[in-house]
Amino acid sequence: MKLSIWTYEGPPHVGAMRVATAMEKLHFVLHAPQGDTYADLLFTMIERGNKRPPVTYTTFQARDLGADTADLFKKACKEAVERFKPEALLVGASCTAELIQDDPGGLADALNLEIPVIPLELPSYQRKENFGTDETFYQIVKALACPQEKTEKFSVNILGPTALGFRHRDDVRELKTILDDLKIDLNIVAPLGAAPSNIKNLTKAHANIMLYPESSELACRWLKENFGMSYTEHTPIGINSTKDFIEELNQIRGVKDSFSDTSRLNFDWWSKSVDSNYFTGKRVFIFGDATHVATASRIAKEEMAFSIVGIGCYNREYARKIRSLAKDLSVDALISDDYLEVEKRIADLQPELILGSQMERHIGKRLGIPCAVISAPFHVQDHPARFSPQVGWEGANVIFDTWVHPLVMGLEEHLLGMFREDFEFNDTAGPSHLSNSKSKLNQEKDTKADNEIIWAPEATKELKKIPFFVRGKAKRNTEKFAFENGHSAITKDLLYEAKAHYAR
Amino acid sequence: MNEHSNIEKLGGCSEIPVLKERGQREVFCGLTGIIWLHRKIQDAFFLVVGSRTCAHLLQSAAGVMIFAEPRFGTAILEEKDLAGMADAHEELDREVANLLERRPDIKQLFLVGSCPSEVIKLDLSNAAERLSKIYFPKVKVLNFSGSGIETTFTQGEDACLASLVPTLKETDEENLILVGSLPDIVEDQLVELIKKLGIKEIAVLPGRDRGTMPSISKKSKFILVQPFLTDTTDALEKRGASRINAPFPFGEEGTTLWLRSIKESYGISDDKFEIVTSAPRKRAKLGLEKLRTSLQGKTIFFFPDSQLEIPLARFLSRECGMKLIEVGSPYINRSLVDKDLELIEDMPVISEGQDVDLQLDRCRESNPDITVCGLGLANPLEAEGLTTKWAIELVFTPIHGYEQAQDLAELFVRPLKRKEALFI
Repeated sequence: MKLSIWTYEGPPHVGAMRVATAMEKLHFVLHAPQGDTYADLLFTMIERGNKRPPVTYTTFQARDLGADTADLFKKACKEAVERFKPEALLVGASCTAELIQDDPGGLADALNLEIPVIPLELPSYQRKENFGTDETFYQIVKALACPQEKTEKFSVNILGPTALGFRHRDDVRELKTILDDLKIDLNIVAPLGAAPSNIKNLTKAHANIMLYPESSELACRWLKENFGMSYTEHTPIGINSTKDFIEELNQIRGVKDSFSDTSRLNFDWWSKSVDSNYFTGKRVFIFGDATHVATASRIAKEEMAFSIVGIGCYNREYARKIRSLAKDLSVDALISDDYLEVEKRIADLQPELILGSQMERHIGKRLGIPCAVISAPFHVQDHPARFSPQVGWEGANVIFDTWVHPLVMGLEEHLLGMFREDFEFNDTAGPSHLSNSKSKLNQEKDTKADNEIIWAPEATKELKKIPFFVRGKAKRNTEKFAFENGHSAITKDLLYEAKAHYAR
Repeated sequence: MNEHSNIEKLGGCSEIPVLKERGQREVFCGLTGIIWLHRKIQDAFFLVVGSRTCAHLLQSAAGVMIFAEPRFGTAILEEKDLAGMADAHEELDREVANLLERRPDIKQLFLVGSCPSEVIKLDLSNAAERLSKIYFPKVKVLNFSGSGIETTFTQGEDACLASLVPTLKETDEENLILVGSLPDIVEDQLVELIKKLGIKEIAVLPGRDRGTMPSISKKSKFILVQPFLTDTTDALEKRGASRINAPFPFGEEGTTLWLRSIKESYGISDDKFEIVTSAPRKRAKLGLEKLRTSLQGKTIFFFPDSQLEIPLARFLSRECGMKLIEVGSPYINRSLVDKDLELIEDMPVISEGQDVDLQLDRCRESNPDITVCGLGLANPLEAEGLTTKWAIELVFTPIHGYEQAQDLAELFVRPLKRKEALFI
């Protein structure tokens, strides 16, 4: 038993729903108690879905238990097939139905339906949402893919985009443009927009693009083992990762060079322009799903010249990848789905910017630290109407804008510093383009007296002149410096000695 | 699964046929009530003993996560709890100890049962008793079920309040208890009106904290402010309190009839009643008058959601002139809503339970001007051209009493106005 306040991932059947909802002409019958239908609103509200997820829930109640839940399931299957006429049927159980052990796969089989039935094993008490997407898509591919003649020209499938994925819809569109530039034919995108009948034809392609390992690694590996289809391992998010991805595609295709039109790319010049000077060494903490964290780390380090103070991911499946990346970056990796643990780590590290999920945005608000969203889970506001991919050249542009947005801009930072004591134009006002970014928590922390080390009034006054987004760090560093050097009181001079000591 | 076309007659004085359906129910489970209960009872923590699904529901149900650490959480059952490798009760005790250490402000702890905890027959009443022995008097530990196999949406609040009733202090004083959680501002308004009628001892269940929970005696009277409180009603009656039956206080008419039932029960004079209610009645009427033109003659279809449907249908048909097509409710306790039912003229289809696909067919067929439904159905129906009102907003918004009558009508006017205003 483990106490959870907020969760990063839903249960595995929600992952299965993300695959089913992304696809066409597929229906999912989920053995689940009344109430589990809440999951529909994730799709209809957060993604503003204009149709119901293709899911029939048995919604059994207490009076059904022990009596006829198995019949209920069979009836639901039959009726769903009659009403929705899918090309294939997914069947599975949510956490409660797993306990009553009705065996949805066996029950559906006994119905002798004319369409393929794909049973899912989704261990709710061990695994989570991302596993559910990966496993479901893998089971669909395994059940339906069959040998086909390859297309004449070199072609690829894009595998991994699902419903409720962070910017998946837009990533696919950007990636299609890049494939066009590269003169590579696209065979099938799946699960997003694919029907079961399309899955049969996956093997016509020569290779697969594993766009998001979280939702397509099992399928990509199986297609490689069984049909010899190579797959890309670089996720094309960020300038350098996109370049590596194209290079990887070239290798798979057996060509030396290829042309991709980068005239749309602005990120590189934006980052080189003088206004971006102040990004140098900005201390960032990065947390989210492993794929987005890994690509964001590279962008932060190489393409923004930020200084990374910590990284982590909530999906344990990719812990090894994130740990090894952290080692390369000489920071600690935090592998956790405990929101409070992540909050504590951020409070300890006092970064100047958080790149995270909706959860970290909450943490950032509490701690008064700006945050940009780079990963699911996300808020309805992070599913914008405009085209805003993460992948490819346009994705890089979007990322630049998104990450810079919560920060105070170059000269503005200096002005805020100069006029800090102006009652209107002061740092509590925050960046001029954001309405409110001041945290109450930091204010409390600032004024709280420390029991061990005393702050002289002039030093406290001086501390308040330090921009709010580094004040916490400066306070901690000064106290640490004072403690290590045997001072029991902090004077203004000591504050500056500490500053010199920790200068980067 | 579908026993549609299974029309039963409701017993008693009114001959109202009810369409009873059993099929896929597109409704929340009772855990959802925690979203407002944890704000209402300010020193309580709601610890759901359940699965990751329960935790996910709680953070998804309100559409957004509530900023700040909430006073609810889920003790997520893991494989080892189910396989008997860990003693679930020991695990629970440990989590509760951690929680209470981290949140010393908590004075009432609710252990909330879920579908998985009920299926594995984890005895939470036993756990609550055991934990009470450890933490009482500092913390009172109670339990109730919010599971989907036992409860639908607002029945979670019913279960929670029913669990509080046996713990209410016994006195021999007379008092009037308002039962059901309301936004603080609305609660204050209603209490003030009743005080003005001359009733001094008024209490509210749930109280805003442990110290303000009502006391109860054989002389206590109670009146519901929410129609979904079946078990709570039983529990209060068991303790000897008597219920004042009334239509629910929605709109000018509803609020007046609700207050009048109290007046009659206490033998308060007509003059006094007139003095107290005339000004707010006038205001409410005026407010509704302005909106009535937008709603008059418009048709409405309710999908089952909160059990508020019948009282709301009464308000919309009688006070706003709307035409009811179907009024769906997850569960109908006739003895609680009969006063509202009696007032509904041109009886529409009243349905209980749900087979969502069949109900969607009926809804499309009747093509109502407004469809009241859950968040899972709203956008898909809008995309089909139907105008919808989120049912959950009716639970999260102040809508009771005179001063909110206009706001309540406004909730239904807004989607219609928007549809008219948009030119795209």
